[in-house]
Amino acid sequence: MSWIENRFEEGLMMTSLDWALNWARSSSVWPMTFGLACCAIEMMAVGASRFDIDRFGAGAFRATPRQSDLMIVAGTVTYKMASRLKRLYNQMPDPKYVMAMGACTIGGGPYFKHGYHVVKGVDLVVPVDIYIPGCPPRPEALLEGLMRLQDKIRHETRAIDRVAENNQKLLASV
Amino acid sequence: MADTIAPTNPADASAPRQADVRTEEMLVNMGPQHPSTHGVLRVVLRTDGEMVLESVPHIGYLHRCAEKIGENVAPYQYVPYTDRMDYLAGMNNNQAFALAVEKLTGLEVPERAQYIRVMFAELNRIASHLVAIGTYGLDMGAFTPFLYCFREREMLLDLFESACGARLTYSYITVGGVTDDLPDNFVDVCSEFLDYFEPKVDDYNNLLSYNHIFVKRTGGVGVISAEDAIRFGLTGPVLRGSGVKFDLRKAKPYEIYDRFNFDVPVGLPGGTGEIPRGVVVGDCWSRYYVRVKEMIESVKIIRQCLRDIPAADEKEGVCHKKCKTVKLPDDEVYLEIENPRGQLGFYVKGDGSAIPARVKARGPSFCNLCVLEYAGKNCLLADIPAIIGSMDVVMGEVDR
Repeated sequence: MSWIENRFEEGLMMTSLDWALNWARSSSVWPMTFGLACCAIEMMAVGASRFDIDRFGAGAFRATPRQSDLMIVAGTVTYKMASRLKRLYNQMPDPKYVMAMGACTIGGGPYFKHGYHVVKGVDLVVPVDIYIPGCPPRPEALLEGLMRLQDKIRHETRAIDRVAENNQKLLASV
Repeated sequence: MADTIAPTNPADASAPRQADVRTEEMLVNMGPQHPSTHGVLRVVLRTDGEMVLESVPHIGYLHRCAEKIGENVAPYQYVPYTDRMDYLAGMNNNQAFALAVEKLTGLEVPERAQYIRVMFAELNRIASHLVAIGTYGLDMGAFTPFLYCFREREMLLDLFESACGARLTYSYITVGGVTDDLPDNFVDVCSEFLDYFEPKVDDYNNLLSYNHIFVKRTGGVGVISAEDAIRFGLTGPVLRGSGVKFDLRKAKPYEIYDRFNFDVPVGLPGGTGEIPRGVVVGDCWSRYYVRVKEMIESVKIIRQCLRDIPAADEKEGVCHKKCKTVKLPDDEVYLEIENPRGQLGFYVKGDGSAIPARVKARGPSFCNLCVLEYAGKNCLLADIPAIIGSMDVVMGEVDR
């Protein structure tokens, strides 16, 4: 890219569209206010004074799924709640991410053995991007989970995968 | 919707005219995902315009089989599950279950452990009320008090963390005592916190309690008379907000509460003392303000605990030696304590083995929620979050 350097005014930055878009998306992940149980209190603590998730651009908790990018499933998911959870997930606009916060959402947690009404992992209901272990996870753990999610967003691409597209065409022709 | 619309041009006499605006009833579903239902409560509202004619709560979205688990694990293993019932007041729930099992088995708790228990139960009461006050502000559209309340709450959590290592689910108070003795400098750190915390209550009052908008939103809203409060079996700040001076710590002292001096705050009519005009006994504001007052009373109790606590005894320890091996006799026991939300009762039935035959919890949030159908009737739609917030229900305990 040496031919392009010093051709424009100062202050102009050249970058790939992917990088710019991903930077913007990863710095403003809007989570949904979706507290189910104990973990929700830690999620509130992350949003409050000491931990302040707003420092990482994820402090705008939206009350509606239609405005949010991230669903933090904070707490035990029961079978009665699972259908609602699925519906809320379907209402979120793409690209959307799911964080499974706490032992209950990862695999039933302390209610695994005797909890006949507890879904043994929220990944049985919706696809999960990040798992945060703990019962409940400390706020630092939730912040770490957010940073891992930001890493994930940064490595996504808007460009069409040519190889995969060709493969699909080949498969379709067979 | 009116079936005929009034004509815009009054000169057009041929068009039919209708003076009244007729409305149609509509069912509105609120929750289970709603920011001001405090968890996964679902309320179905029958509305007529802005008026709510009927509100029916639907529960069971967080049913975690807590009572069933009690029949399958030993009492000391069940203590962590009590944490997760009322997750804002883990210490109080641990204490209720531990006291019930101790009464059944006759385990004696060392005196130092009793002081530690009362101290942590009261500290947790403050922490729980701070969340209640902060989130009630959020429901009423005030974000700042939430940040202030959580700032102080984090300091309390630091105290809990120094004693037991957990921030939310402590399992610190266990059958036969407490799991570990206090850290070395706890008394100093705790009294330092109390000195810092007590003036902060005035800040909350100036920020939120006496705020004109807040008083307008909550004063005279969702009034429950004293007779009705007793009739519905309400307990805790919801009962005391209606002007009934009843607190189990005074009325039927458990543990060592008879050794301490403290008042039981109740709801007062507007215009008396610092109570703003427009407030009625038994309304949302009274219930809220009882919590603010209770925090100061808790500070008093903790100060007396810190003053009177006996020195550590190496031989006796802080927990009964048989806490994990104790067998439950073929008997039953029911015991109630004063939780931040009201009376929390545990019924434990033993059958001679180490595992209870039946565990039943009487949750204050569950019993207080039953009044929503009565209080949330013929009010405005905006009053519903105010009423639910003033009940301070924790859904983990409602559904159990």
